[in-house]
Amino acid sequence: MPTPVIGTSVRRKEGREKVTGKARYVDDLKFPGMLHGVTVRSSAPRGTIRSIRFAEGIPWQEFTVVTAADIPGKNCVALIVDDQPCLAAGVVNHPEEPVVLLAHADAYLLEEARRAVSIEVEPLPAIFSIEDSLARKQIIWGSDNTFQSIVVEKGDLESAWRKADRIIEGEYFTGSQEQLYIEPQGMVATADRRKGITIWGSLQCPYYIHKSLTALFDLPPEKIRIIQMETGGGFGGKEEYPSMIACHAALLAWKSGKPVKIIYDRAEDMAATTKRHPARIRHRTGVSRDGKLLAMDIEFVLDGGAYETLSPVVLSRGTIHAAGPYECPNVRIRSRAVATNAPPHGAFRGFGAPQSVFALERHFDRVAEELDLTPEEFRRRNFIREGQTLAVDQVVREPVDMTRLMERAFEMSDYHAKRERFTRENRGRNAKKGIGFAAFLHGAGFTGSGEDYLASIVAVEATEEGRVRVLAASVEMGQGTNTIFAQIAADALGIEYDSIEIAQPDTANVPNSGPTVASRTCMVVGKLVESAAVGLKQTLIGSGLLSERYTAAEFAAACRRYIAQRGPLKSTSQYAPPPELHWDAKNYRGDAYGAYAWAVYVAEVSVDLRTFEIAVDDFTAVQEVGKVIHPVLAAGQIEGGVAQGIGLALYENVVWREGRMVNNQMTNYIMPTSMDIPRIRVHFEEIPYPFGPAGAKGIGELPIDGAAPAVINAVAQATGANLPRIPVTPEVLMEALEAMRA
Amino acid sequence: MPEARGKIRVTCTVNGKAMKFSAFPMERLLDVLREQIGLTGTKEGCGEGECGACSVLLDSKLVNSCLVPAAQVEGAEIRTIEGLATGEQLHAVQECFITHGGAQCGICTPGMILAAVNLLERNPQPAEADIREALAGNLCRCTGYTKIFESVVRACEARSGKS
Repeated sequence: MPTPVIGTSVRRKEGREKVTGKARYVDDLKFPGMLHGVTVRSSAPRGTIRSIRFAEGIPWQEFTVVTAADIPGKNCVALIVDDQPCLAAGVVNHPEEPVVLLAHADAYLLEEARRAVSIEVEPLPAIFSIEDSLARKQIIWGSDNTFQSIVVEKGDLESAWRKADRIIEGEYFTGSQEQLYIEPQGMVATADRRKGITIWGSLQCPYYIHKSLTALFDLPPEKIRIIQMETGGGFGGKEEYPSMIACHAALLAWKSGKPVKIIYDRAEDMAATTKRHPARIRHRTGVSRDGKLLAMDIEFVLDGGAYETLSPVVLSRGTIHAAGPYECPNVRIRSRAVATNAPPHGAFRGFGAPQSVFALERHFDRVAEELDLTPEEFRRRNFIREGQTLAVDQVVREPVDMTRLMERAFEMSDYHAKRERFTRENRGRNAKKGIGFAAFLHGAGFTGSGEDYLASIVAVEATEEGRVRVLAASVEMGQGTNTIFAQIAADALGIEYDSIEIAQPDTANVPNSGPTVASRTCMVVGKLVESAAVGLKQTLIGSGLLSERYTAAEFAAACRRYIAQRGPLKSTSQYAPPPELHWDAKNYRGDAYGAYAWAVYVAEVSVDLRTFEIAVDDFTAVQEVGKVIHPVLAAGQIEGGVAQGIGLALYENVVWREGRMVNNQMTNYIMPTSMDIPRIRVHFEEIPYPFGPAGAKGIGELPIDGAAPAVINAVAQATGANLPRIPVTPEVLMEALEAMRA
Repeated sequence: MPEARGKIRVTCTVNGKAMKFSAFPMERLLDVLREQIGLTGTKEGCGEGECGACSVLLDSKLVNSCLVPAAQVEGAEIRTIEGLATGEQLHAVQECFITHGGAQCGICTPGMILAAVNLLERNPQPAEADIREALAGNLCRCTGYTKIFESVVRACEARSGKS
């Protein structure tokens, strides 16, 4: 049998296509007679549509024009609840709401035509902040602007306050953030009234789009086909919004009878598609004199934008992560996702956790300071251990050792010596240095019973040549799905990595392995790849065509004989929860996630008190993620997530005006460049998780949770400023330091 | 065939081959490459010269092809990602981007690789600061750049005979 490949950095499956320019993305597709499509959007944040006018001077008869009246089925982008229309009909609820679609073969003329459509809206009063939504200044959604509220209760908070020697309060804010995948969103659709609809696109969740098109066209599921093209980054931004674009492209194709391509330009992509939820987090923390946590009261509020979309589940993950990797006997977390007249906020790597983790880790540095303890000593006294319970009463069954991770991170970053030296040398200097850290956890897979409901399926099939193809709807979008699935299948079958192929995600060909989200692809779907592959091997052995020990040539011969004698050789595997996982959704209690990744990140910064610029000089990321399947890809996930977290902490500032992003250009929305990110030191501790493939857990979202609080804690150490709000742009830092001096 | 009104004839070299095309003078080189010549390896990320996904080499200079008008490439020598490999033999930078994790989603990769190749042609032994500066016009959202630096450093070593 070949040498196992799990744990080695084999060549990325689609690497060659990507470095030669041969990889095919949606904008590289061309069909004969293809039209381009564009979207005409609302002119006001909220109001009643009075008229749609088409100005003279445009040959309108050449255009395909679609409005809500053209929708054959239900006018919604089906997701959790069906509140978001595909095209506004009668009313608009945010300033980027799609109203009219246009298609034409000439992209230049099409752009002129878009500007010649005016949508007259009689305005209704709108709200743009969490405060105004909570105060119900206007009711814009449901009966009270609330998409979802959650209460987590552990122990007895009220009596705990009496035992506390100190009570420390804080209020924190995190801003919105644009996913900023470098490939803008896009879809191509063909529609045939007899054969149905086919979509090619840049996307994370083929079956989400499948579901929304089925509802929109009222067609049987087999008439809808979704094919994922090579996808130029997603980070959650291509989780739910692609359904909207696919619906639009399909409507234009349906009406015109021609293939239609919609590619957003950068400005439209930034303004109209989802971004990270802005959040307000309040902490009230009771501690004993010796620095033990006695009570945590947390209030977590998300701005969900105009429609519910994924806000309830973002809120859920943010809530569960809000109390961190700490043991506290008495906890209450009250959370709410509320409506405003902004485009819906949505999935973005971390999914609510970066917001609540920032607040907690910033707050705990302040609690430590109040107690006259070092930040590390306060954490050490309260870190959770195996057998103890998290805020949602989940008993930790993993052998977690946060202190060990912290010490490793301190050793790698030379934390203690630097902290002491910076404190000493900063006095009287304008160029200050700081070092800070954050400790955190991230749950892998869907929250609570989510994976049970998804009931994901993966298949593997063998060819006559003894090659094995993995069939799954989980997509490659840079993170390495193709490569790790091939590694897992190769080792499970005992054949060469190069003998494994990954089928292009195409709903006509692959089973529903669920959405490519929630750090679930490796741990949950990868496990299904492993078990389906084992099933295939057992079928061959059971048929008598293969012995228990075999060579690659014998495996290939057995496949050939099996297929000749009995037909297709295919094995499927469906998700079954690991034993002893229980989740009580009503009381928000129990096993929120099958497994967690655990981490401590250390950031070192320079702060220039003349320009208020902050530079991240060094970054150390230490984490326990179970077995590492592919060291280079895994480190790449950590480094990329840290860079996005540094962006969230320091640079990425979405400027809003009346519900509209006004800096929707790469020129004035600043993401980190190669000049801004230090070489990131990554270290993995590997404790195999029994229910992950070869012991792996989830990894994709973890790094973005801890980067921002580590960076801002370092800036706080350098400057002494409180800094409860991110991003800390130079202006924010200047104001904070001026407020401190006043 | 008669020229469409207002279009000009342009002659240039693309990846070593002589090319003739007709285009509006202000048509973007990016669109000419992708739509007319069929070289879709050059990507559009922002259309305003910020992201570098559409980078190509124009007379050995790294340019954003979304900002270069067709009229400007008359007589020029253009190199795109498709022209980098020699037959099946990848350029050292391409090879190292695969093995050292420099490419994730792949959308910034063609431009990023051309930026790196351009650097190594000017400076075969760049310091890390040189690499950072040379790549500063090419944004990557996936990697956090660490693996890209690593890929470029390894490509330098490979080209200078170290391994």
